Amino acid sequence: MILNRKYLLGLQNLDKKELQIVLDSVRPFKSLFTRSVKKAPTLLGKTVVTLFYEPSTRTRTSFEIAAKRLSADVVNITVAASSVVKGESLIDTGKTLQAMNADYIIIRHSLSGAPDILARSLDASIINAGDGFHEHPTQGLLDLYTIYEKKKSFENLNVLLVGDILHSRVAKSNIWALTKMGAKVSVAGPPTLIPPKIETLGVEVYYDLDEAIKKADVVNILRIQLERQKENLFPSVHEYVELYQLTKARLAKAKKDILIMHPGPMNRGIEISSDAADSVNSVINEQVTNGIAVRMAVLFLLKPKAGKNEL
Amino acid sequence: MNFEIKNIRVVDPSQNKDAVDSLFIENGLIVSKPGKAFSKVIDGSGKIAIPGIIDIHSHLREPGLENKETIKSGTQSAAKGGITSVFCMPNTKPPIDNAPTVEFILLKAQKEGVVNVFPIGCITKNSQGAELSEIGVLKRAGIIAISDDGEPVSNSQIMRRALEYSKMFSLPVISHCEDKELSALGVMNEGLNSTILGLRGIPAQAEEIMVSRDIMLAELTGGHLHIAHISTAGSADLVRRAKKRGIKVTAETCPHYFSLTDDDVRVFDANTKMNPPLRSKKDLEAIRKALSDGTIDCIATDHAPHTQEEKMREFDAAPFGIIGFETMLSLVLNELVDNDILTLSQAVEKISFNPARIFNLKNRGSLKEGGIADITIIDPQCFYEFKKEDIVSKSANSPFIGRNFRGAAVMTIVGGKIVWEN
Repeated sequence: MILNRKYLLGLQNLDKKELQIVLDSVRPFKSLFTRSVKKAPTLLGKTVVTLFYEPSTRTRTSFEIAAKRLSADVVNITVAASSVVKGESLIDTGKTLQAMNADYIIIRHSLSGAPDILARSLDASIINAGDGFHEHPTQGLLDLYTIYEKKKSFENLNVLLVGDILHSRVAKSNIWALTKMGAKVSVAGPPTLIPPKIETLGVEVYYDLDEAIKKADVVNILRIQLERQKENLFPSVHEYVELYQLTKARLAKAKKDILIMHPGPMNRGIEISSDAADSVNSVINEQVTNGIAVRMAVLFLLKPKAGKNEL
Repeated sequence: MNFEIKNIRVVDPSQNKDAVDSLFIENGLIVSKPGKAFSKVIDGSGKIAIPGIIDIHSHLREPGLENKETIKSGTQSAAKGGITSVFCMPNTKPPIDNAPTVEFILLKAQKEGVVNVFPIGCITKNSQGAELSEIGVLKRAGIIAISDDGEPVSNSQIMRRALEYSKMFSLPVISHCEDKELSALGVMNEGLNSTILGLRGIPAQAEEIMVSRDIMLAELTGGHLHIAHISTAGSADLVRRAKKRGIKVTAETCPHYFSLTDDDVRVFDANTKMNPPLRSKKDLEAIRKALSDGTIDCIATDHAPHTQEEKMREFDAAPFGIIGFETMLSLVLNELVDNDILTLSQAVEKISFNPARIFNLKNRGSLKEGGIADITIIDPQCFYEFKKEDIVSKSANSPFIGRNFRGAAVMTIVGGKIVWEN
C-alpha cells in the first residue's frame, strides 16, 4: 500500500483510510531501530533536502535520520528568518533545489502556506515540516501513532490539547487526524489562545484545565511561547503556570492510565512540571522515537511521480 | 470627431431612460440634434450605451511606484474596462499632499492618460495622521476629495477637524475604516477559515468600530463622510441607520465583496489578499442587500496593482490589494444584474450617476443633452474568459483570472473620443 499523493502539506486533506495506511506502515520501520543495521534501501539514490526557515533541532534531525535510514542522500539548508523578507524568494530557492534534482523537499517555515506555495510551483515532492500556525502533519501523525500504539483504538478515546491552540500548528494537525479517526478532541486554554470557531471542527472547548482533564485518556501539552505575554494574550507567566501547568496535583484528578504527551521542546516548570514530564504516564521520549519511524513511513508512502493535481 | 450611434439601447438613470435610441456626439458633447448630418454613423444594434463609468477608488501608483502601474497603463486598463473617469488615491511617492504633485498627475493624465483622472488629496500631511494637509491649496490645484486611504486617521480629534474644515470646500472626506490596533497583524477575515489556514484574522469589528466613529463625527460636524470599500454586514447596517437619521454619509463597496468570500483564500493565493479582507457568505449577502436597498451608493474597484514578485510571496509577506478596472463591469453585470440584485439602470446609478452626483462632477454621469460625451458601450452578449495575457494593467494581481464572463465594454468614449474599442 502507498498513498496516491505527491505532497504532504497537511492532515486536513487526508481521509481516514489514508491515515490508517500511515499507521499500519510505521511498525516495520520502527522494528529496524533495534537491529544492528538500522538501514533500509528504500530511497537509495534519492536526494532529500531539508529547507528550514525556522530554527529547529528535533524535527530537522528526525527527518534527517529518517531519510538516512532509508539510504537517501540528505542535504540540510537553514535559511535565516530575516531573508524571508529580504532575500531570495521562496519559489526561487525551491526552483534552485529542483534544478539540483532534489526528489523531496522538506520545508519548515514561519509563515502559513509556504509549503503550498512551493508545491504549486515545483515538481519535487514537498513535505510540510511545520508552517506558521497552519499545520505540522508529521507531528500530527507521530502523535496519532503514539496514541494508537498505546491505546490500540480511537473509539471513545478522549484526547485533550492544552495551552496555546491559536498559534499551534501541532494542535491543528492533531485535531484533523484525531477527529477523523473517531477520537473525541477537547482543547483547554485561556479564551485569548483559542482560535475562533474551533468548535466547528468538532472540538470541545474548556477554559478550566481541572475540569477538562477529568475524562481525558490522553493529554497533549503544547509549548507556550513566552513572547505571547507581551501581546496581552495572558497577563503573566506566573498566572499561566497557576491556571494551565500540568502538575502532579492536576494529574491526581485524571484517569490513572492517562498518556502525557508534549511535542517538544518543553518549557519545564512552565506548561509542564518536571514530575509530570518524567512520570510513568509520560510518552514524550517515545514520541521522539516514533517520529523517526513515522517520517520514514511518510517518505516511503509518498509517490514523487504522481501528478501535480494531487495536492 | 462628430458621430452618431444609432439603434442602441440607452440606459440613463439621470433621465429615467431605458429605450432604443440614437446618440449624437458633437465637439465632445452629447447633443439632441446635430447641426448637420454626420458622416460617421455607428450601428449600435444589440449593444447598450450607459453614461461613462466613474471609478471613485483606485491606485494609479504614479508618481513613485511606476513598477506597479503608471497613469498611462492604468488609464488604458480603465478604458478597456469601460471606465471613463478614475479617482486616484494619494498614497503615491511623494503622496498627494502638495499642489505640485496634483499638478504633475493632472499634467501627466492630460499627456498620456486615456481617461479622465481626478486626484484625491491626503487628509493629513504624508497621511501620517498628525496635521491636516493644505486642503484648500489642494482643492485649488484640482483634487476631488480627501482621504488617507490605507492609513486611516486614528486620532478622532483630527478626523473631526478634517470633516469640519473640508465643509467650506464641499470636499467629501473618504474614510478607509479600520482600527489598526484591532486588525493588528491580520491578513484575512477572522473566522473558521483563518483558524484552518493558520493566518491571523481581521475581525469585522476592526472596520465597524471606525465606521461608527466616523458616522458620529459626521453627525457632530455636518461634514460629508464617504465610507470606502464597505465589506461587512455590520458596516452596511451602520450606514443604513445613519442615513435614516439624516447624517451626511455616502458609501461604496467593491466588486470582490459581492463576488468572493474568505472561502476563496483557502489555497493561500495572495491574489485573494486585500484590505478590508474577503468576508463571510453572510457579509456578502448583506452587501448585496445594501446595494439593492440603496444603502451603498457606489461601486468602486479599489484597483491596487502590485508586481508579480510581491504577490508570489508567502501570504503574510505579500502586500494587500488586487487590480479591478478590467473586471468591474463584468462582475457588476454577472453578479448583480444577472442575479436580480440590481436592475441595469440601478447598476448604472452605482457606477456612474451616483459617483458624479456625490463628488460634484458637473455634466458627467448622465447622457443628457449638453453633457460631456463620456460613454460606455456594452455588448451584453460578449462571452469571454478573463485571461492573464489579456490584462492591460501593468500588474496582473487578480483573483478573477480564469473566470468566464458574459457582458463587457466594447467601446469606451471619453469627451467624444473613442479611446478603446474591441
